[in-house]
Amino acid sequence: MPVPLCSMHKIERTPRKETFVKQKIAELEEKARRLRVSIVKTLHKSQSGHTGGSLSAIDMICALYFHKLRHNPAEPAWDGRDRFVLSKGHAAPALYVTLAEAGYFPAEDLMMLRRLGSHLQGHPDSKGTPGVDVCTGSLGQGLSMANGMALGLRLDGKANRVYAVLGDGELQEGQVWEAAMAAGHYKSDNLCAMIDLNGLQIDGEVAKVMNVASVSDKFRSFGWNVIEIDGHDMGQIIEALDHAESHKGAPTAIVAKTVKGKGVNIFENKASYHGVTPNDEELPVALKCLGCCD
Amino acid sequence: MIATRDAYGETLAALGAENDRIVALDADLSGSTKTGVFAKKFPERFFNMGIAEANMVGTAAGLAAVGKIPFVSTFAIFAAGRAWEQIRQSVAYPKANVKIVATHGGVTVGEDGGSHQSVEDVAIMRAIPNMTVIVPADGEETKAAIRAVADYKGPVYVRLGRNKVASVFPEGHKFEIGKGNELVSGTDLTFITTGLMTAQAQIAAEKLKGEGISARVIHIGTIKPLDRELVLKAARETGAIVTGEEHSVVGGLGSAVAEVLSEECPTLLKRIGVLDRFGLSGKADELLKYFGLNAEALIEAGREIVSRKK
Ligand SMILES: Cc1ncc(C[n+]2csc(CCOP(=O)(O)OP(=O)(O)O)c2C)c(N)n1
Ligand SMILES: [Mg+2]
Repeated sequence: MPVPLCSMHKIERTPRKETFVKQKIAELEEKARRLRVSIVKTLHKSQSGHTGGSLSAIDMICALYFHKLRHNPAEPAWDGRDRFVLSKGHAAPALYVTLAEAGYFPAEDLMMLRRLGSHLQGHPDSKGTPGVDVCTGSLGQGLSMANGMALGLRLDGKANRVYAVLGDGELQEGQVWEAAMAAGHYKSDNLCAMIDLNGLQIDGEVAKVMNVASVSDKFRSFGWNVIEIDGHDMGQIIEALDHAESHKGAPTAIVAKTVKGKGVNIFENKASYHGVTPNDEELPVALKCLGCCD
Repeated sequence: MIATRDAYGETLAALGAENDRIVALDADLSGSTKTGVFAKKFPERFFNMGIAEANMVGTAAGLAAVGKIPFVSTFAIFAAGRAWEQIRQSVAYPKANVKIVATHGGVTVGEDGGSHQSVEDVAIMRAIPNMTVIVPADGEETKAAIRAVADYKGPVYVRLGRNKVASVFPEGHKFEIGKGNELVSGTDLTFITTGLMTAQAQIAAEKLKGEGISARVIHIGTIKPLDRELVLKAARETGAIVTGEEHSVVGGLGSAVAEVLSEECPTLLKRIGVLDRFGLSGKADELLKYFGLNAEALIEAGREIVSRKK
């Protein structure tokens, strides 16, 4: 049986562990910064894809792959792996750069994103990309599949966990709440949903297009354990993930306040950057920004 | 050259000024579907329903039930796909006056990939009783079709595209629901095409003419109800039919034509379309080539079917 690359560290806030935790957080932050650089370069090359939502979700995806998930890039189909569902499939670039960084496929592949013949499709496709377990892209379907995986794994007596990342606009799909109802009903405590609460969707602010607030109250009312965090604070992300894992008897929703386009000031908080890629002028600005941001 | 979705946005906004019963609904894609043009002019008659297509269609059925004329738009995959049963139960079954105008049909969606490329929407809409299914060839036909659809009382599904397409019809073109158009006369075979494939059929017929093959071109703007007379006349007079569509060969125009021919006038037939598979990421023009949805594919099929006639 292969040794999982990322074992599950229980972060305990004892003085002895304090230095270790700080170091771990600093490592993850640096990794996330590098992944942002990779996202920007990949999308500049493809000239097609979703910039804002990839940058808002990357800290959570980074923490999952390099801190929390049990997985083995050398053996993507390893039976002991935890499962990840990128329900907001348009953030595929964030997933792809992370999978490349983890070693699922060569980083050069990223330069072929969205090209004819590439295994890196516009939206995650489990048929071709190593490390991708489900096809997503049509919003609102991921949490149902994640809960199905969670139920199946539990039925087999396995300890594997399932994580899903959803967008806040995506929460407008009724199916999300059918899934929330089902996971609450079946007490799927091996399931953790992370909500990328960046406040924006394509046509503008989520609150103005179709208000979904309060997200936390909604999940709570379906019987979920809810944790609210800053989705760009690595310490809070890993603490929440650890907490979710130890919480028994109910699924956990990590409701993460984020900034769309986070890390590149010219992209931040702009609905117009949802499906727009960095152009030749913006690329150096973005890279400089990512170089000097912490 | 304009995109059919642009023609739609413009026409819907113009209709909004002419008829205040017209309302529009979208699911967070109003910039892409071009209902945004209507929304800007008539904000109180525009409902952005958020990313919730099933609810959007149900809401439209309700609006229709109290006398409004709702135009409902999102990408074809989410309109026909996600909301299929709402369309069947809440719109088509009661024969509600709801117009579903779906954009981004077919593989020319491009880079977003197979998850977003609807190649089945015409088939699943066509299968619903009471439903009218329209696939315009260009901007002019779209403008005319949208006007005809607004005047028609009953459920309609209109499929539009993302990209600019070559123009086929002259300005001021009149659209009659259920009527096809013979665009090129010919005696050796007939291309029966829809959507962007019609411009390709015109190119193919021109090319074949140089080879001594006389190809008729019929554009079918209304897939359902199909212009059976025009199809049967072409079958009787030319004895060979090649269909072309940016859609699966399962259930679309090719199937509709095959149904009529096999029952009423068995004729040599070749269907050009997506061969029962999902789309892929890529540039729109690369994908059209990759899936064989172009004049070259029609020419080859034309030559082949004429040789089989002997
Ligand atoms: C069912 C469905 N409807 C519409 C779309 C088109 N679409 C892609 S992204 C998007 C907005 C998503 O907003 P959100 O979930 O908030 O994502 P984020 O802000 O994190 O990018 C929409 C409407 C889709 N992919 N799926
Ligand atoms: Mg959002």
